[in-house]
Amino acid sequence: MSAQPILELKNVHSGYGSIKALRDVSLKIYPGEVVAIIGANGAGKSTTLMTICGIVPLEKGDVFYNGVSVKNIAPEKLPPLGLCQVPEGRRIFPRLTVEENLILGAFYRNDKPEIQRDIEHVYSLFPVLGERNRQKGGTLSGGEQQMLAIGRALMTKPKVLLLDEPSLGLAPIIIHQIFDIIADINKNQGTTILLVEQNANLALQAATRGYVLETGQITLEDKASSLLHNPEIRKAYLGE
Amino acid sequence: MDSFIQQLINGITLGGIYALIALGYTMVYGVIQLINFAHGEFFAAGGYVGVIFLSFFTGLGYMETHPIFCLTASFALAMMYCAYLAIGVEKIAYKPLRKEARLAALLSALGVSIFLSNGLMLTQGVYDKAYPSELFQGGFNFGIITIGYLQVLIVCLTGALLVALNLLVFKTKIGMAMRATAQDKTMSALVAIGSNNIISLTFAIGAGLAAAAGIMVGLYYGSVRYDMGFLPGIKAFSAAVLGGIGNITGAMLGGLIIGMVEIFGAGYISGEYKDVFAFIILIGVLYFKPTGIMGENIDDTRV
Ligand SMILES: Nc1ncnc2c1ncn2[C@@H]1O[C@H](COP(=O)(O)OP(=O)(O)OP(=O)(O)O)[C@@H](O)[C@H]1O
Ligand SMILES: [Mg+2]
Repeated sequence: MSAQPILELKNVHSGYGSIKALRDVSLKIYPGEVVAIIGANGAGKSTTLMTICGIVPLEKGDVFYNGVSVKNIAPEKLPPLGLCQVPEGRRIFPRLTVEENLILGAFYRNDKPEIQRDIEHVYSLFPVLGERNRQKGGTLSGGEQQMLAIGRALMTKPKVLLLDEPSLGLAPIIIHQIFDIIADINKNQGTTILLVEQNANLALQAATRGYVLETGQITLEDKASSLLHNPEIRKAYLGE
Repeated sequence: MDSFIQQLINGITLGGIYALIALGYTMVYGVIQLINFAHGEFFAAGGYVGVIFLSFFTGLGYMETHPIFCLTASFALAMMYCAYLAIGVEKIAYKPLRKEARLAALLSALGVSIFLSNGLMLTQGVYDKAYPSELFQGGFNFGIITIGYLQVLIVCLTGALLVALNLLVFKTKIGMAMRATAQDKTMSALVAIGSNNIISLTFAIGAGLAAAAGIMVGLYYGSVRYDMGFLPGIKAFSAAVLGGIGNITGAMLGGLIIGMVEIFGAGYISGEYKDVFAFIILIGVLYFKPTGIMGENIDDTRV
């Protein structure tokens, strides 16, 4: 493991006005890792990702990307630095076509031929997107939308990819397919991945390390395999 | 029949002008869900910048020697002036209220409208300001109907602007970004689209089109007045609602329909009521189909 985390949260507090959703959250993610955050509904998982991206305002603490504080950087300036999120619910632009959604992933880029190559690459990862490239995003199935959301994020050329519940609402076979691709992105493109999941089993199998978030606080941090065999975790999150 | 065709041409001319103004309402609404009540003032300001430069060029005699240059320059300057004016208005009067209840920005828009209209009155006077009268005399004669050169210019220029806008919004990356911002600002930020820039651009484009319409009206009717933004403003707003507010094609269609109805209504029903038709349509649409003719069921051309 390299010495410097690529992404670090230091004593982060954030929330929505009077609602304190995160209290004193600290995380370290090292280059090349797949890190999972697991937790129940309302634990603050999505808030963690939105705080990293500057969408939910940081109240206290700091977020470091490559050792540099990003707390005063506008959200739209982060993807060009290599920090990108696939948010909960996918948030495909519903009235834009599949291809337009992908092109917008590359909004900040000007390297046209390379953008075209990357679109083809996304279509090779998810052939169904290529077949439906002129279809409106809003008319895709849930699984196709998740593929498009990941594809769109890849178009930003992320170094760190934040994924918020990619398995949500999908059939097991599609989940399997999507997690294979996530593993592939991590291995073959060296992209660091921070994965948020309610499906702890799935997340801990995909991850190298994991954090447990409970009502806005980190309560446990360990290797993913250890968490997977931790009786407390099995009881609370794996339904045993 | 001849008079019918003549009216049809007049209707297209006026309708195109309403369409240009209506686009500003619909685009701003599409992107930030605000009815920009100050929009009519950009139209008026455009008419004034136009008359100032066209008179200036005419005074120098350039209008005789370089008419195309003078027209192009006057349109460009008016459109740019209004674009920057609209960007400034948005930053000062709307942006600080973006997180507040919608009514706040709406009231602010009303305030801006009164402010700009009075600003025009104080700086330009309360009386009509005449456009140089020797511009575009005459026209093409087809037997009994005549199409004025000016009408041809207005229709062609309007058409060109409408096509250019469609290409920008539906074919370019920046247009995609504009539509994305209209659909989901948080997600747009997550793919590096700065919504502030896009909102500024939307205001600039809307005001630029309104400014072009302002010069056309000045040329067509021969003069401008400080309060000229009011009536065409609400008629164009009616057009935007008729077409389905937020829908680009809808605003164009709505503008044409309102222009036609006004001209034919004035011709065949009563000239005295010409300003009433747009409002009858507005009330009818709000009552029977508030989503407008291109409303949410045909969502392809929403911003
Ligand atoms: N926009 C908001 N305004 C106010 N409170 C919010 C908002 N979004 C989330 N919260 C609150 O913040 C807390 C954390 O929510 P968050 O969405 O981060 O949870 P989560 O762990 O992602 O849950 P889930 O697994 O259901 O997605 C919850 O109590 C939630 O009610
Ligand atoms: Mg969540």
